Amino acid sequence: MSYVPNTDADRGVMLKAIGVESIEDLFRDIPDSLRYPQLSLPTSVSEPEILRELREISEYNVDLDHAPCFLGAGAYRHFVPSVVGHMVGRSEFYTAYTPYQPEVSQGTLQTIFEYQSMICALTGMDAANASHYDGATSLAEAVITAVSAARGKRRKVIVSAGVHPEYRAVVRTYTQGMKLTVIGDETDATDASVLAGMVDTDTACIIVQNPTFLGYLEEPAALRALADAVHAAGALFVVSADPISLGLFAPPVDYGADIVCGEGQALGGGLNFGGPYLGYFACKKQYVRKMAGRIVGQTVDRRGERGFVLTLSTREQHIRREKATSNICSNEALMALAAAVYLTAMGKTGLREVAELCYHKAHYAANRLSALPGYELLSERPFFKEFPLRCPRPVDEINDYLLNEWGIIGGYDLQRDYPALPNTMLVCVTEMNTKDEIDVLVEALPAMEEEA
Amino acid sequence: MVKYAKDRHYLPTHEWVKLEADEAIAGISDYAQHELGDVVYVELPEVGDTFAQGEAFATVESVKAASDVYMPMSGAILAINEELQDSPQLVNEDTFGRGWFIRFHPSQPDEYESLMDAKAYQEHCQEEAERGGS
Repeated sequence: MSYVPNTDADRGVMLKAIGVESIEDLFRDIPDSLRYPQLSLPTSVSEPEILRELREISEYNVDLDHAPCFLGAGAYRHFVPSVVGHMVGRSEFYTAYTPYQPEVSQGTLQTIFEYQSMICALTGMDAANASHYDGATSLAEAVITAVSAARGKRRKVIVSAGVHPEYRAVVRTYTQGMKLTVIGDETDATDASVLAGMVDTDTACIIVQNPTFLGYLEEPAALRALADAVHAAGALFVVSADPISLGLFAPPVDYGADIVCGEGQALGGGLNFGGPYLGYFACKKQYVRKMAGRIVGQTVDRRGERGFVLTLSTREQHIRREKATSNICSNEALMALAAAVYLTAMGKTGLREVAELCYHKAHYAANRLSALPGYELLSERPFFKEFPLRCPRPVDEINDYLLNEWGIIGGYDLQRDYPALPNTMLVCVTEMNTKDEIDVLVEALPAMEEEA
Repeated sequence: MVKYAKDRHYLPTHEWVKLEADEAIAGISDYAQHELGDVVYVELPEVGDTFAQGEAFATVESVKAASDVYMPMSGAILAINEELQDSPQLVNEDTFGRGWFIRFHPSQPDEYESLMDAKAYQEHCQEEAERGGS
């Protein structure tokens, strides 16, 4: 039986009311040639046949279960314990809608609350929101929060060239029309003292990333001095950080951050073809009312029992649309749940071990790769799990060779974003890269030179 | 019982203003705090900020809603009630006294006479209540 929402007679009445003869007439502004394009589809096939065909096509893809991967640059391959998939796949979470009604949403609200608490523990901030779409949008929301905290009176945003190039692009796109000036990344220098020199009384915030996009760890004392300069000018200090690095290194609160945000995909999220990802966002208590997004709070019900609610929602767009810091209150609840389950499964010790494994394996790789003829490290600066490697030839040539001849996914070609860094590969090594994989890469690179 | 202090004037949007020599004090009315319910947060301007009459200068957030608070007369802010940061409930407890919002210097003192007195304001509130609130 077909479901017909209205009868021919109903439609006739509606068409008459708007003054057209037929439904076709509603589309007459669209040229005929565009209305019924020839799709030239093949004839239909059965379900098993189409599954076989699609599987054959999908097998052309290189996947991380079969290819060693040294690509990072903001999206990281870390181990995802199977408990994450089991929890995220439960239909109570998987199909849940926005928990507007706390009476029927305690489970969802509690997971978000636990997630927020863990983000606070990682960053040292007082409050975290329920998350944003990804690291780039959470950074853009941080900028808007800072501008809002300054009541719109400060219009300059200083962003270090060490911040992910795509995040910087998103910040600029996102804040179009807000009459902001975004500066600081005109050169590739990320020197904290240079950035500090740009701060003035019109500055809403300064943004750094630690570790930087190039993988470098910023000097805590330099960041502390930068934070002091920022605070002396009455601006906010925003730090974008890889959450895995926070398992090992000092939380950004230690060097004066007011807002900490970043990409949370590394916490229990797969690479997922670029999405869904997870923008985490946390700040100090005094900015909580300017914080974008949704917040879950813990309370007690009238019987004194623990419960959870969406809190401070008067800040949000559904009550004060024109005054809200952001009109986006959507969050990545399922990815936030994955992060919470991941962090719970790992614990403090486990997260530290993951970070240590990344650190040591990346340093082993850096030592071995930089010993190859024609290869050297871009600098001796301390790094976490990624490092720029100067190569004897263009990175795309190397990557083609590695993939085609050795089945290895190479690193990121930095020239794409940093024209001053030709022939430089951003190599990423995580706990997922075995020593064998690193050794094979060390073997493959000189083999290319011999063949050339 | 809603109170209407007679020593000050009112805006239709429920702010009060009281003149003291060449300065003025402003806050929200007893009617307004009754309507809002428990006040949980008040966002105040900065000393030195200037506002035109009718411009939003503060935000008051209650368990029910967040509302803008409008300037009863044009002027420059001389002081803000710092006590509200930690004790926003003063707006409910003593709205005409310790629950004041700002002290300011009116740039156009004549504006005071254009505002409603307590009697006119009380009638305004009664009409509003009969219509089912604002």
